[in-house]
Amino acid sequence: MVCVRCTNLLKRYGDLVAVNGLTFVVERGECFGLLGPNGAGKTTTIEILEGLVEPDGGDVEILGLRWKSHDRELRQRLGVQLQETQFADKLTVEETLRLFRSFYLRGRTIEELLRVVELGPKRHSRVGQLSGGQKQRLAVACALAGDPDLLFLDEPTTGLDPQSRRQLWSLLSDFRRQGGTVVLTTHYMDEAETLCDRVAIVDQGAVIAEGSPRDLIAQLGAPKVVTHQGTLEDVFVALTGRHLREE
Amino acid sequence: MSGSVDRGGAWHPLVELALARLREFAREPEAVFWAFIFPILMSVTMALAFPGSGNTPAVVGIESGPGAAAVRDALRREPGLQVREIPAGDEARAVREGEVHLLVVPGDPPTYRFDPARDESRVARLLVDATLKKAAGRVDPWSAREETLQVPGSRYVDWLIPGIVGLSIMGTSMWGIGFGIVQARMRKLLKRLVAGPMRRREYLIAQVAGRLVLLAPEAGVPLVFGVFVLRMPIQGSIAAIAVVCLAGALAFGGVGLLLASRARTFEAISGLMNLATVPMWVVSGVFFSATHFPQPMQPVIQALPLTALVNALRSVILEGASLQNVMPQLAMLGAWGFGTFALALRIFRWR
Repeated sequence: MVCVRCTNLLKRYGDLVAVNGLTFVVERGECFGLLGPNGAGKTTTIEILEGLVEPDGGDVEILGLRWKSHDRELRQRLGVQLQETQFADKLTVEETLRLFRSFYLRGRTIEELLRVVELGPKRHSRVGQLSGGQKQRLAVACALAGDPDLLFLDEPTTGLDPQSRRQLWSLLSDFRRQGGTVVLTTHYMDEAETLCDRVAIVDQGAVIAEGSPRDLIAQLGAPKVVTHQGTLEDVFVALTGRHLREE
Repeated sequence: MSGSVDRGGAWHPLVELALARLREFAREPEAVFWAFIFPILMSVTMALAFPGSGNTPAVVGIESGPGAAAVRDALRREPGLQVREIPAGDEARAVREGEVHLLVVPGDPPTYRFDPARDESRVARLLVDATLKKAAGRVDPWSAREETLQVPGSRYVDWLIPGIVGLSIMGTSMWGIGFGIVQARMRKLLKRLVAGPMRRREYLIAQVAGRLVLLAPEAGVPLVFGVFVLRMPIQGSIAAIAVVCLAGALAFGGVGLLLASRARTFEAISGLMNLATVPMWVVSGVFFSATHFPQPMQPVIQALPLTALVNALRSVILEGASLQNVMPQLAMLGAWGFGTFALALRIFRWR
């Protein structure tokens, strides 16, 4: 079953074409990664899928539904984590979770959410006192509040220390084991290789390569990979002649 | 909602949103301090400026020169006047700054220097004139019998306190709501909220509702102070006062939402708040009657929410008006509340 289908997405901001004919499909139960440097159009794309940005062209179908006709139903069934959201510093972890949980007509209990993201001991701490990793786990907990079928994550581990990243990865693996579908953006190659079944490499608003990380690396062929096992970084460099982290 | 709704232990979103608003406020010590201390400071200042008796003497200065001593003797005998010694050369400044309400230049006839735009200067002129003429030999045809009345609730300070209550409601409703929203917008929290299934209308309602809990102390503090310290009588019912305050808080809550609906920085929201509140401080009759302004301005002034709130409060508190009597003001406040709310919801910037 297809979870996300987007076809020929187009989004302009003035003269800048942020998304230029982007097309891909995400199957149910998959973890799909949008990979690319900053400014490639990843965030715009995921915000179009989340129903936050209206595309100038193209078609989006989420869980077989469209934003125009099923906005409320879709929002009940999706989990969303945005880049740069700062929750209210003065509220506690538990209060923040209760607030977000209250919007959903069904879903997980507060206790369950605290356990899943391992913030039980921090439940009475103010959000302002949490570490970066804890804040990000709270963001994911808020995204999981409605027990979503589909989870959107925009650069979930950017700026986190290695241990926090691994903690988040294992959290997402748990979600997927229970049948959840994930669409995430990242510019970390190792993250995509660890988490994603398939990735779309995005550059200048369009998909320039798509497939499983292993296939993409394999397509590079042996000659290009001399000193180490190939990575997605190599794939990107081979495709564009640039490094992924270049601004 | 159907019975199958499971919020996982959380309350209805309206309640959770209002609680979040209230908690954020209560955990901001400075905000709490100003919300409660400001009306008290204001009331104390008023109490000091207008001590209950209301019999403040007119202050008169006398320019030195021949005849000054005679003038001084005559004026000192009048109890309604207080003669203040002004050093020579300093008279013009003393009059200008209101240190004396009138300056007498002795002579034949004497000269009065004063600002006729000041009520207390005009009073001083009448008293000084009558006193000096009497001293010069004028005989009054008769003296009227005087019955002085101290009607409770007719002093300036009684009139002022409902105005302070109105100001307090306006200030805390608007600033509290406006800053909270702009902060949530700056933190991209609004964007995250609308990415989920939150109803936008409920978020805005909760911002106003979260403030209403604070209304009782905000309006209550200056009222209690007025009644117990300044001995202001309350003629109307407490319930009617509560309803009027509630209507005021809703009206200003709506205005606060509207002003915060697009602003992206604290500077922007501060400017808008000042733009909206400062004119009302002046024209809405808080410190002096709004009827002082020219007739063509009156329709606008009377339509302002602070004018409606202050007028309704005065009617209920000082004249014992019932809610039916203040229905026009309540309707005006309701119109402001609903109108601004509807507009805010339409133009609100969630990103």
